[in-house]
Amino acid sequence: MAITISDHAIPRPPLSARLSTPQVWGIVLLAPYLLVFLAFVLYPVGYGLWLARHPQSYVELYNDPIFARAAVNTLIFLVIGINVKMLIALFLSGFFVQQRHWIRWLSVLFILPWAVPSIPTILSVRFMLNPEWGVVNHIIFSLTGDDGPNWLNDPTVALTMAIGVHIWKSLPFWTLILMTGRLAISNDLFEAAGVDGASFWQKFRYITWPSMRTLYVTCTLLSMIWTLGDFNSVYLLTGGGPADLTHVLSTLGIRYLRLDQLNLAMASIVCALPLVLPLVYFMMKRLSR
Amino acid sequence: MKLPTLREIGTEAKLLLIGIPVLIWTLVPIYHMFLFAISPKEDAFSGKLWPDHPTLHNFEIVFRQQHYFLRDFWMQFGNSTVIALATGALTLFIATAAAFSISRLRTPGGRAVMNLALFTYFIPAAFLAVPMYRTMGNYGLLNTHWSLILAMVTIASPYAIWVLKQASDKLPVELDEAATMDGATTLQLFRLVYVPLMMPSLVAVGTYAILLAWNEYLYAFLLLSKDTDITLPVALGNFLAADDSPWELLMTTGFIYALPPAAIYYVFKRYMVGGLTAGAVKS
Repeated sequence: MAITISDHAIPRPPLSARLSTPQVWGIVLLAPYLLVFLAFVLYPVGYGLWLARHPQSYVELYNDPIFARAAVNTLIFLVIGINVKMLIALFLSGFFVQQRHWIRWLSVLFILPWAVPSIPTILSVRFMLNPEWGVVNHIIFSLTGDDGPNWLNDPTVALTMAIGVHIWKSLPFWTLILMTGRLAISNDLFEAAGVDGASFWQKFRYITWPSMRTLYVTCTLLSMIWTLGDFNSVYLLTGGGPADLTHVLSTLGIRYLRLDQLNLAMASIVCALPLVLPLVYFMMKRLSR
Repeated sequence: MKLPTLREIGTEAKLLLIGIPVLIWTLVPIYHMFLFAISPKEDAFSGKLWPDHPTLHNFEIVFRQQHYFLRDFWMQFGNSTVIALATGALTLFIATAAAFSISRLRTPGGRAVMNLALFTYFIPAAFLAVPMYRTMGNYGLLNTHWSLILAMVTIASPYAIWVLKQASDKLPVELDEAATMDGATTLQLFRLVYVPLMMPSLVAVGTYAILLAWNEYLYAFLLLSKDTDITLPVALGNFLAADDSPWELLMTTGFIYALPPAAIYYVFKRYMVGGLTAGAVKS
């Protein structure tokens, strides 16, 4: 009996005594980020999901032709745009690793689209494509005597141009990343293959590609996630027009937000989650290794 | 001097055949912007490759705010600067503290926090913007600079923490042990050992956050609205509202706005490429 009483009488040491000083500091130093995460990620995401809870929003979304069009546009942007971009980046990374003085200088200039903010350059492209005053149609007129097309007034052409702007902006970054991958391959392999009489294509097929495959796939997936959030290329070039036919999911969400249809905005984002979450899961596994 | 063989000339020609289109593709939009900036209004629309009378008059108009669209230029330039610097400073503080805690102090739960940060890093920014806008409204921060600064810190810090954690994992544990043996407190360890050794990565991360905030359009456009509150990219976007926008002035302003980040990028290129791209994609 007495034993049980004394058992109860021993209080657990207070929290401060069980933690060593470094551990206390560890928690204190982690706190600022945790606060930011709770206030500006967890709360907004939770609140957004709560707003998107009504099935009615999804019915409305389903009946909105602009949403279907935006979903298709997003897929075109991702499947065609990203793959074209990554293939060019893979090709150019092979070009930029060549040891030439002028190629080194070219690579310094080549980085510019990535180093400058996207807004002024996208607007610059928008003006170039202006049907009446733009320099592109000026050149077409002086060469052929015919008026050039109204570039951004055709949804297919306008979306293609938006993809082009996206590629222009992010190609240097991916080329740079793939270059580091190529430079990591030992030169001995290529020399040995050269002695054995391997062709250019064979060297790529049997040496370069096997060692870069993982990097290439990772880059493609990462680029897909980032491109889903690319608002500027479409919004500043076409504004979603003509007739809201060139929206992608990122600009559509903002469009609903501007129209004060917050539930639709969130519902359209929730519809993209089945595509986003597997990509995020895959990338997290890659990076937290 | 050895004369180049036919084969060498062939290789060089093939390389040039790739290099020249790449150069043109890269420079055309930027050159077009520059051309507008140095052209008088009447030359700007003539489609020439070089204006007949190049001038710096457009820059003078912008700097003196002598146009309706430009009446708050310096104010907006200041807003962009303040927001970029504040984002850089706050991100550095938060990310360095978190990385030190996770990587050096091995705080329990640190791994989980790292995963939360990585998860945030992978949410497409335009998707987070919608609920973020409402959240800022709920907090009563809409139309204040704090809303944009905090939003940018939220977006910049996950990657910053990840890069810093990768870098600090490489520092030998013996350093911390030796310093602790000599009686250094945790805070001294942080201030006198950790921060000086991490300097190159800190420069890279700070630059990254500053450029991110300076370049941001979407969040700035959503969270700020008053003409005297907005940042330069939003002001540039507002030019589009009118049909008779003065393109040459828009391009001049855009050129001025693009210069600081380009300069910063080239000055810190060493750090940026080493510190960021190496960590960007781990193969």
